[in-house]
Amino acid sequence: MPIKSYIVLPYDGEKETLVKSLKSIAGCEVAEATNEEIILLVTDTQNEEEEGQLKEKINGVKSLKFMSMVSGYSPENITSSTS
Amino acid sequence: MKVATNRREFLKKMALLSAMTTAATMFPGILFAEDQVAGLEGLDNLEWKKSPCRFCGVGCGVLIGTQNGKAVAVKGDPASPVNKGLCCVKGYHSIMALYGKDRLTKPLVKKNGTFVETSMKEALDLIASKMSSTIKDHGKDSVAIYGSGQWTIPDGYTASKFFKGCIGTNNVEANARLCMSSAVTGFMSSFGIDEPMGCYDDIDYADVFVLWGNNMSEMHPVLFSRILDQRQKRGVKIIDFATRTTRTSMAADKSIIFNPQTDLAVANAICYELINKGRVNESFVSKHCVFKKGETEMGYGLEDNYAFNDKPALIDFEEFKNFLEDYTPEKVSKYSGVSVKDIKYMAAYYGNPNTKVMSLWCMGPNQHTRGTWMNNLIYNIHLLTGKISTPGNSPFSLTGQPSACGTVREVGTLTHKLPHGVVMNEEHRKFAAEIWGVPAENISPKPTYHTVEMFRALDRGDIRFMWIQVTNPMVTMPKLKRYRDATEKKDRFIVVSDVYPTPTTEIADVILPSAMWIEREGMYGNSERRTQHFEKMLTPPGDAMSDTWQLVEVARRMGFEKQFNYKEESHIEEIYNEYRKHHAGKKHNMAPYEVLKENPGMQWPYVDGKSTKWRFNEKYDPACKEGSEFDFYGNPDGKAVIWQRPYEAPPEMPDEEYPYWLCTGRVVEHWHTGSMTRRIPVLHQAMPHAYVELNPEDAKRLNIATGDLVKLTTRRGEITVPAAINLRGVPEPMQVFVPFFDEHMLINELTLDAFCPISKQPDYKKCAVKVEKA
Repeated sequence: MPIKSYIVLPYDGEKETLVKSLKSIAGCEVAEATNEEIILLVTDTQNEEEEGQLKEKINGVKSLKFMSMVSGYSPENITSSTS
Repeated sequence: MKVATNRREFLKKMALLSAMTTAATMFPGILFAEDQVAGLEGLDNLEWKKSPCRFCGVGCGVLIGTQNGKAVAVKGDPASPVNKGLCCVKGYHSIMALYGKDRLTKPLVKKNGTFVETSMKEALDLIASKMSSTIKDHGKDSVAIYGSGQWTIPDGYTASKFFKGCIGTNNVEANARLCMSSAVTGFMSSFGIDEPMGCYDDIDYADVFVLWGNNMSEMHPVLFSRILDQRQKRGVKIIDFATRTTRTSMAADKSIIFNPQTDLAVANAICYELINKGRVNESFVSKHCVFKKGETEMGYGLEDNYAFNDKPALIDFEEFKNFLEDYTPEKVSKYSGVSVKDIKYMAAYYGNPNTKVMSLWCMGPNQHTRGTWMNNLIYNIHLLTGKISTPGNSPFSLTGQPSACGTVREVGTLTHKLPHGVVMNEEHRKFAAEIWGVPAENISPKPTYHTVEMFRALDRGDIRFMWIQVTNPMVTMPKLKRYRDATEKKDRFIVVSDVYPTPTTEIADVILPSAMWIEREGMYGNSERRTQHFEKMLTPPGDAMSDTWQLVEVARRMGFEKQFNYKEESHIEEIYNEYRKHHAGKKHNMAPYEVLKENPGMQWPYVDGKSTKWRFNEKYDPACKEGSEFDFYGNPDGKAVIWQRPYEAPPEMPDEEYPYWLCTGRVVEHWHTGSMTRRIPVLHQAMPHAYVELNPEDAKRLNIATGDLVKLTTRRGEITVPAAINLRGVPEPMQVFVPFFDEHMLINELTLDAFCPISKQPDYKKCAVKVEKA
């Protein structure tokens, strides 16, 4: 059940297009910098297979120039604190 | 916090927060929409407590979010002057290392080759009984303890007091011998006192950063990001001086590659150039420095019972200048691979009186058969130019482990050391004995074994009992097979205290489950003399117990109740307060316990309620003599030493049979041997196994592509690892690099146990290897 975050860079002038494209992909949440051409992407998938498929979709976005993973969490790795 | 359905949302917020923090460091001034930042507010419902990070020697401050007795979140501590809110990838995932599925939770005793669960009481009884009988049968020097720079300060202090003060053996060593003892002997021989004179704040003042064999972007990423931040703000220059092209080289303004071991010659060539160009700060040198030379052609410690004592002799500036005639840039360029232009380029920055220079290094100069000399030579450059002990002018030796400085160097968990001073000094022994409550005669005046020799002694049978805490020597020892075989010999008894199964627990007779990091109270001391406290935030799993308390329990069983009469609920505070007495005085005073609890660390010397940022400079350091301006008070004459140290070749160089250089090291994802970080899924997936980096031309000639298996063979053994071509790092032609984190691909089967004769630190960076497609 991986949840991962990335720093994503668009090609020049493609930031809005990239944000739109990423937002349209299920499992992607996006936060964009207001003063830099930088996008933060959080992905949420149920398993590794689904994550692989999602990554393929993201890599297919033409306005995406570069993405670098920052963190990754699996809810089962941290003992549940459900209350 | 109500998280039943929001558990995923919570983790998504954590993931976004990590990304925002990282982006803020990479792109200073970056802003995000207010609604996005506001969305992170749910994280405030946790209870956040401060701690230094569990991993490297940078000592980043982190805030741990706990809930219902579990650590569920971690973020950089904005109040920490070390990292100012940033973490690296290991730091962000640090709490996940607490919850690996195979945590050791019960003591295990090996019976007929199989580990059997037992109670903690029985395990501790067995250890005490075995230690006592071994001492009775074979003498006190037949028992040993081997710890690490990941010991907390109370762990190391208790071990030293128990073994040196009570049992009366100097068989106390730590894995920091393998990573920074050359830094210690470098400081001691140049300044008479250990640890950097400057601090991380130097980064905010320096104009030029020279990285000596130091892949900072992977090994000290948070500090490297502080340097990159300064480049964005002030246009500082970064020079990467290394044997291999790394991420650091790629980020640097200039990458200069040298042939292995020739850093000695290049450093001397820089000194030559400084003198030749009239760039010596004559006033500083005449007032604050002396010149010395020592023994040369010392050997490499390859034989058992090797011994060496340097014989320093005073020389004058003219003799030093004449010595450097062998190190003109033109002469050195011929064998170092560094162009005359590049040697002069570096010398020009050091020599410019208007440029502030910070030199940084870690394993490159330290894991070196002439490691002490390399450290001396970097100091020479700073001393000749007077670029030292002032903001931004700083020769800065970085450490690898969270408390290599705090526990190994300051507590003194090395065979020759005491918390204050050395065992060879009668006054130092008396001083320690008084605080420890033991007769001074208990402390032996003779150092016994440094780490490599300690394992050799285990092999020979001179040591019969070894207790290993919080380290993994069955992955990290050079020439590993000899030392693994030693542990398996008859009549050897090995105790291992750890948090996860490792190749070292495999060779144990007793395994004790340890409480990890914030499952107990403790302190770490980082690279900039900063002591940081963390409280117990979690209950350790099962029977796991802190390494400190394990030692106390065994010491009491062996009759030392009086010396270890601490209360369980307050023993860390009691031990720290006792430890502070060893360092009382303006030169090394440690901050009080209460101050550490309230603050994100304090730097010693802590005098009149203040940390000392720059030592030896009268303006900042109250221990300096009045009117001295600079006072290198570690030496009786108050002067630093400029050393005459030549270039000497390493003991093993590529030849016809083994034609490549082998260099080993670390990667950003994994902490040391990976026993914790390989249990963090995201880090393990990012770097699942070791690899061998080859130069693309070599790979082409050998018909090796990325992923192909490669057989590496040295005179010590062979392993097979997959190839990595043009990926993270690129070695020079006829050189290969392999990281050591992977217990399934043990590169130390191949390395050589040669060491610096002064520091006794092995050289993991150079030996000869054969490379074949498997």
